[in-house]
Amino acid sequence: MSVRRLAEKQPESFEFTPENRAWLDAQIAKYPPGRQASAVIPALWQAQKQHDYWLPQKAIEKVADLLGMPYIRVLEIATFYTMFNLEPVGKYFIQLCGTTPCMLRGSDDLIRICEERIGEQRHVTADGLFSWLEVECLGACCNAPMVQINDDYFEDLDAANFTRLLDDLAAGRPVHIGPQNGRLRSEPLGGLTALTDFYGADGKSGPLSDMQAALQPANPAK
Amino acid sequence: MARIIVDGIEVDVPPEYTLLQACEEAGKEIPRFCYHERLSVAGNCRMCLVEVKGGPPKPTASCAMSVRDLRPGPNGEPPVVLTNSPMVKKAREGVMEFLLINHPLDCPICDQGGECDLQDQAMAFGLDRSRYHESKRAVENKYIGALVKTEMTRCIHCTRCVRFTAEVCGTSDMGAIGRGEDMEITTYLEKAMTSELQGNVTDLCPVGALLPKPQNFRARPWEYNKTPGVDVMDALGSAIRIDTRGREVMRILPRLNEAVNEEWISDKSRQIVDGLKTQRLDRPYVRENGKLRPASWTQAFTAIAAKVKAAAPEKIGFIGGDLSSVEDLFAAKALAESLGVKNIDGRQDGVKLDPARGRASYLFNATIEGVDRADALLIVGSNPRWEAPVLNARIRRRWRHGDFPIGVIGENLDLTYSYTHLGSGPDALAKVAQGEGFGEILAKAERPLILVGQGALAREDGAAILALAAKLGGPKGDWTGLSILHTAAARVGALDIGFVPGEGGLDAAAMAKAGALDVAFLVGADEINVELGAFVVYVGSHGDRGAHRADVILPGAAYTEKTGTYVNTEGRVQISDRAAFPPGDAREDWAIFRALSATLGKALPFDSLTQLRAKIYEAYPWLARVDAIATSDPISLASLPSGTLGHGALVSPISDFFLTNPIARASRVMGECSALAHGRVTAQAAE
Repeated sequence: MSVRRLAEKQPESFEFTPENRAWLDAQIAKYPPGRQASAVIPALWQAQKQHDYWLPQKAIEKVADLLGMPYIRVLEIATFYTMFNLEPVGKYFIQLCGTTPCMLRGSDDLIRICEERIGEQRHVTADGLFSWLEVECLGACCNAPMVQINDDYFEDLDAANFTRLLDDLAAGRPVHIGPQNGRLRSEPLGGLTALTDFYGADGKSGPLSDMQAALQPANPAK
Repeated sequence: MARIIVDGIEVDVPPEYTLLQACEEAGKEIPRFCYHERLSVAGNCRMCLVEVKGGPPKPTASCAMSVRDLRPGPNGEPPVVLTNSPMVKKAREGVMEFLLINHPLDCPICDQGGECDLQDQAMAFGLDRSRYHESKRAVENKYIGALVKTEMTRCIHCTRCVRFTAEVCGTSDMGAIGRGEDMEITTYLEKAMTSELQGNVTDLCPVGALLPKPQNFRARPWEYNKTPGVDVMDALGSAIRIDTRGREVMRILPRLNEAVNEEWISDKSRQIVDGLKTQRLDRPYVRENGKLRPASWTQAFTAIAAKVKAAAPEKIGFIGGDLSSVEDLFAAKALAESLGVKNIDGRQDGVKLDPARGRASYLFNATIEGVDRADALLIVGSNPRWEAPVLNARIRRRWRHGDFPIGVIGENLDLTYSYTHLGSGPDALAKVAQGEGFGEILAKAERPLILVGQGALAREDGAAILALAAKLGGPKGDWTGLSILHTAAARVGALDIGFVPGEGGLDAAAMAKAGALDVAFLVGADEINVELGAFVVYVGSHGDRGAHRADVILPGAAYTEKTGTYVNTEGRVQISDRAAFPPGDAREDWAIFRALSATLGKALPFDSLTQLRAKIYEAYPWLARVDAIATSDPISLASLPSGTLGHGALVSPISDFFLTNPIARASRVMGECSALAHGRVTAQAAE
């Protein structure tokens, strides 16, 4: 964490797309009259998604106007939560967990790769593809070390597969969301060792598993 | 009532009291930074920790825990709170150590030094040395307006200023951005604050983070002589403390007066200070060949005497100003009477209020404290936010408590609370008076408050509007709702002593007409334009409109330079002490009239302020009861003569909050505030 300020270069205006506006109206309608301000985080979140994953000043003001809040109240919220980016980020915005379990499992290597490949934190590469930020625990410790790229988790990383992941993203190749070492979610790497009588004969399919969906390649591009 | 034992002392307190209040009730002082009686509870400074027996085994923030939430002992004993146990001492030391981690050691160069809560409490409750060796954080200073200077590294994040602007001002100017160590107090993108009460954040700030900008590095708190005074910037008569060093007024702070201003004052009241030093009239002037020439008092008096002797009493007039004290006006009136002059008027704006119709017809009968008890409000032709910002904060507080319908007839402005705009002209008032719409709400209300501004009364149909409003705000039990909000501090005093035209006398507007008068005395009257023709004598403190028009200028004292009686809009009689002396040859206004009367051969029968006051009290006994509101007779309201209503919108007389009187117009700080406010208006218009 460090002091967060609005970006110096700001767009002239911000307007929600009709779809996002309709979505936001539905969010606002969830709260009783006079309590529209409760929808401020979804509103900012949607604005950020719409605006290349960062919040311009005009979006903050737009949200404040929509919800009848003083501008400073919305600015407080936007600066409080680190999930709101106040400056432009890369097309692939990497949030890298550096908290203890990830650190013990080798997140320092990932940080080094980011520094070499992308540069300092918050810096966007010249091609606009990457920027990164070290964040606190993202709650995927059993798959440490991990990063979040845009909305998706990429887990069980090491220097090799993380480099490959970045290469694939840069080249626009499809990537696999989730563990990068063949694990299924947070199940044991070598297959199930307990309760095998109950779960899949392949030893790799716990409850709720849908192999088709899990193995589906996905592109985390926004 | 709930019983609680604080350090062995049993006290009974209302169950909704916080532990902090209960401890104070028991006579125990609890240190605090974020807690403030008039703001919501934040509970974030942790300085008020106490030990609660039977509660969780950790210190409790006493400001955020209420008495009713404590459990009694196993046999029903009252809960026990300790404020001086080893745990509490250790907790306070710990909190203080954390607070001081990032607080710079710049007390020697900090303006707050000497009146700093952090400094005092660090002395009382802190450790005597630091164990902190790491680097301290530094925070960029913020621009937040013309009145408040920031030194944000000193901020301890008590958020009093944030809560004040959000709750009391209603402008939500300030906020805390970021979080944790990076939390910073600021306005939205460092825009200037927009409230008329913003100066109060400097009093609220427990450290030297928010300081009054105009007083930056001027003096130390212990160097001041402190004089209790009464504010004259609006008609509320807010209690102020005038701090002087040597002959110079250095700053003005609010004094606690629960009945009037609580502990706030408006920015104009606070930062008028530099206006007291500029554009001052410090010697008499006489106009010769079209040019004002410095003169001696004798020369000035001789010039006046020549003109007065040549003029018939019907061609002489006295116009009272907005900032004059009762003493000044009484002396002027006495002089007028000794000359046989009937043309006297203290109502420069031509407001249709007449003392002959009873005191209740021109007072804020509901009283300022009564706003808290009112259950409906109708504002007629007033912009209380500018006419009396502190009163507006009270209205806002009442509105926040809920169940308080507010209707406005007049301009549709941002008053910091929501209201129903009923119309802009007198016809809307007529509708309400007939019981339509908002009239129904008023009729049902037990204590309806009808706030009538000068914008509704200073017009041709002012008397008719007053009669209608009096009908709505007539007496209901012990409640009289009709409340006139004056804008001039001198006005109620002037009406009280009958500073109005005598039998057949001219009013202010008629006096100002060309050819009406041969000699016009302006007693600090700067808001009226006396047309050419009359010989104008201006008695006042500042070289403003009145002095520019004058043929003879007699330099008077400003409100900080005389002990004067002022009667506020609710009829409360208050006396302001002298904090400094008038500059140069200037004298108190009443003394000028006394001296002039001798030159005119009509020596007035008082030689000292004591004698003058005795005369005043003899004639108007209620003025002797200082700090009290003499009971008025609301029954007379029913007999107000009705008339035909005119047309046209009711507009508040104040078009620029910061420049309403000669002292404010002389102040550079007020000029800057005015420019900022205008910049806002034009910026909004451009959008």
